[in-house]
Amino acid sequence: MNLDEFFVTGEPLIYAGMVSIVLVTSAMIFLLTYFKKWGWLWREWLTTVDHKKIGVMYILSALAMLFRGGVDALMMRVQLAFPDLNFLNAQHYNEIFTTHGTIMIIFMAMPFLIGLMNIIVPLQIGARDFAFPFVNALSFWSFFFGALLFNISFVIGGSPDAGWTSYTPLAGAAMNPGPGQNFYLLGLQLSGIGTLATGINLMVTILKMRAPGMKLFKMPIFSWSTLVTSFIIIFAFPILTVALALMTIDRIFGSQFFTLTGEGLPMMWANLFWMWGHPEVYIVILPAFGIFSEVIATFAKKRIFGYHAMVWSMILIAGLSFLVWVHHFFTMGAGAFVNSVFSVSTMLIAVPTGVKIFNWLGTLYKSKIQFTTPMMWALAFIPSFVIGGVTGVMLGMAAADYQFHNSYFLIAHFHYVLIAGTVFACFAGLEYWYPKMFGHKLNEKLGKLSFWLFVIGFHVTFLPQYFLGLDGMPRRLFDTAPEWFTLNFISTVGAFGMGAGFALFVFNIYYSYRTSQRETTGDSWDGRTLEWATPTPIPHYNFATLPTIRDIDAFVEMKKRNETTYDESKLKPIHMPNNSGQPFIMMALLFMASFALVFEWITLSVIFLVGVLIMMVIRSFDEDDGHHVEVEEIKETERSLRGL
Amino acid sequence: MSTNVNHAPLEYQTEHNQMSILGFWIFLAAEVVLFSTLFATYAVLFGRTADAPTPSELFELDIVLVMTFLLLTSSFTCGIAIHQMRHGSNKGLITWMIITLALGLGFLGFEVYEFIHYSHEGATLPSSAYWSSFYVLAGTHGLHVTLGIGWAILLLIQLFKKGITKVTSRKVFIISLYWHFLDVIWIFIFTSVYLIGMVV
Amino acid sequence: MSNQTKRIPTHHIIGFVLSILLTILAAWTTIGSDLSTNWIITIIMLLAVIQAGIQLIMFMHIVEPESKNGHVPWNMMFHGFVTASIVVAGSIFVMVYAF
Ligand code: HEM
Ligand SMILES: [Cu+2]
Repeated sequence: MNLDEFFVTGEPLIYAGMVSIVLVTSAMIFLLTYFKKWGWLWREWLTTVDHKKIGVMYILSALAMLFRGGVDALMMRVQLAFPDLNFLNAQHYNEIFTTHGTIMIIFMAMPFLIGLMNIIVPLQIGARDFAFPFVNALSFWSFFFGALLFNISFVIGGSPDAGWTSYTPLAGAAMNPGPGQNFYLLGLQLSGIGTLATGINLMVTILKMRAPGMKLFKMPIFSWSTLVTSFIIIFAFPILTVALALMTIDRIFGSQFFTLTGEGLPMMWANLFWMWGHPEVYIVILPAFGIFSEVIATFAKKRIFGYHAMVWSMILIAGLSFLVWVHHFFTMGAGAFVNSVFSVSTMLIAVPTGVKIFNWLGTLYKSKIQFTTPMMWALAFIPSFVIGGVTGVMLGMAAADYQFHNSYFLIAHFHYVLIAGTVFACFAGLEYWYPKMFGHKLNEKLGKLSFWLFVIGFHVTFLPQYFLGLDGMPRRLFDTAPEWFTLNFISTVGAFGMGAGFALFVFNIYYSYRTSQRETTGDSWDGRTLEWATPTPIPHYNFATLPTIRDIDAFVEMKKRNETTYDESKLKPIHMPNNSGQPFIMMALLFMASFALVFEWITLSVIFLVGVLIMMVIRSFDEDDGHHVEVEEIKETERSLRGL
Repeated sequence: MSTNVNHAPLEYQTEHNQMSILGFWIFLAAEVVLFSTLFATYAVLFGRTADAPTPSELFELDIVLVMTFLLLTSSFTCGIAIHQMRHGSNKGLITWMIITLALGLGFLGFEVYEFIHYSHEGATLPSSAYWSSFYVLAGTHGLHVTLGIGWAILLLIQLFKKGITKVTSRKVFIISLYWHFLDVIWIFIFTSVYLIGMVV
Repeated sequence: MSNQTKRIPTHHIIGFVLSILLTILAAWTTIGSDLSTNWIITIIMLLAVIQAGIQLIMFMHIVEPESKNGHVPWNMMFHGFVTASIVVAGSIFVMVYAF
């Protein structure tokens, strides 16, 4: 293989990408060396098993991915702003909408939410870490290297170009030779392993490590949403694992699952993909619901309205999410009966979703709302998400979907649910829990400015797209026609508004780091749940002692009784896990094995796989049992943190 | 964090052990779905043999029955191994584990023989959609068995070195769950691939 | 658990004998009986489910109070099998039956 086949050549935009990658990487290497931070990086971050630090790494990576996916989006919007603009050619456009969709769902939305879960769930339920901290680190590195593998495709080997849904036969070896599609398959496979492991890890953590007295139905809603999401992950991700593996075997080893030869069945891919894909969209929305529930209850200063209805509606949504997948390919033509069945099940999902909307409204009703930035996101979420949900029900009508399918109407629908739902929630959650994570709030003024830019930009971008869809503009079109010009232009303007909002959001992180007042109490927002009972910064063992939990709003109750998480009479040594470099090394090796497989260098891939197996053997014989934090040390830490 | 639950088997005696075993059960539930996806693919692609031979021309009951009995017996001996472990007999545990692995190896040997035989008859992975799904379904199970054998050997070494401890008993118990589970999957492969493949 | 205190692993022996019998019964139903294909498929699938249940209960100790894991193992296994049925039956329904 020649070097010019290995690297992507001939695209000025991609050359610019290469240059910036080289510059940023060398700058980072230089800074780490100059400030002698390599040891710090390895000890404090690469080998950590602390759920809080892993969560921070998830969120940082997700923000980077939001940036990458956002740049993709802006490039698409530029191309579509004017008819016949030759900013991107058809091939490049295909690659960009593929990477945009995949990155946003797999490498942005999920890791962002998992990052928040990582930090918050153990704190909310009164646990000292995950059930399996080592596995948690493994999960993070599997996500990280999966994302890396997917992202390098645009400079090495070429990006996948068959859409985030990657339908066969278009994505098959016959019509799509070369490494591009393999990057998609193996990048997702690598990160999927970590997601499944996280699902199991969170489920065991929540089921087994709750504070004394905290029954399942006394758990905060965000933790509930995490439990339900883990359930969906555990049962949906194996489907993706298999689907990806089958297409990989098709492409690399010549099997005939989804091919047009050998009596293969390309639509079977669509079937398997959406059996995972629909539960997946609920994996990214349920935690968002959880975040909004926490935010709304805190800033309405009220207990969440209809706690049980909230929980049961999530459980119902989780169950139903496995029964609707065909609504993504009504137009395959499985027949009136099959389509009707799935039409009905699809519309059923709107019922529990509606229940949740009314519960949030019920919480807000007659409350004294405190208009902080996280609360603004939550308030903007409710009406925006309703628009997305209602248009979803429209799409769910099989007969009508023959018109809407694969038009901009569909694009508008899922951006209304994914952005107004998931992205707003990520921003709200990050701003809400930011003081807990980093010891100071984000600046409210800048926060609100970025909120308004982003929210207005969002509606300006996507509301016109409903009408573009109704005017017949299909999705995945690299060149528009003059009759769609006005709405497309408006949409592009909105997209730059969102871009500015995001930029301001990130700037606010820097600005607040420099100027914000430091937190001293740990209870920044007059919180209701256990995470606010810890001091800030949180000691690495989280809780010195735990009171018995009596109420859903555990911390409200504790404040009334003057209880804290530090009861000197009950102190005992705390067992904590040790750091380990194994997760990083194991996943780095798996990354290299996957990279070799992308280029179909089988021998090399097997060599690295053997390396992974050796790491597993080492792990099996590893007797590291962690360490104890002694009572004296706990006393010292807590006294200085609490100013006693 | 170790509350001792007296009289409970050793592998349940620490909270960490309980959580590991629970985590593994949940993992097995995920594996159920993983295999079900392969079964679904197999079922949908059934009959799509293209120019390759059909399954009813190739499947032979006797060899499949032998494989099934080997695996069933290994599941039984693995259960006995755990029984020995719970009676504190490291020797019994090791002996029965080795018998289990030998039976597992026998199963694998037959499977390899079977695959080679079919491919000589013109049914290979790329022959057709049907044969792709057959090889990947049976092969994924075979791969699990192979990994299980490798894993069990690691545990046998630990048992030789350290005997039955809280740690080793947990690990052995977990691999026994895995081994029985592979038998469960095989029952479904035996039924829905081989038996149904012979009548339809 | 009862089979923990006993020297002879009765549970395992019963389970083993039952699974051998069920296997033979399934094989005989397939080749020996002259039922219609649909009946054969129904019966042997049922036998497979029973046999899987035997493995789970007799060999895998899916319900052991000492595990302190309560109903979670069988609950998750149950939902795993429910999802599996959705995946298999759903795929057949959508991809084969409809055409
Ligand atoms: C009231 C609830 C909802 C209903 C009834 C619904 C219905 C639908 C239907 C019928 C389609 C397929 C349309 C077509 O391809 O022609 C669709 C697509 C989609 N929906 Fe929804 N939806 C709902 C909520 C959500 C939520 C909460 C999310 C994610 C957070 C979501 C994300 C998506 C995505 C990503 C697609 C398109 C995928 C693609 O083709 O690339 N939906 N929805
Ligand atoms: Cu859907």
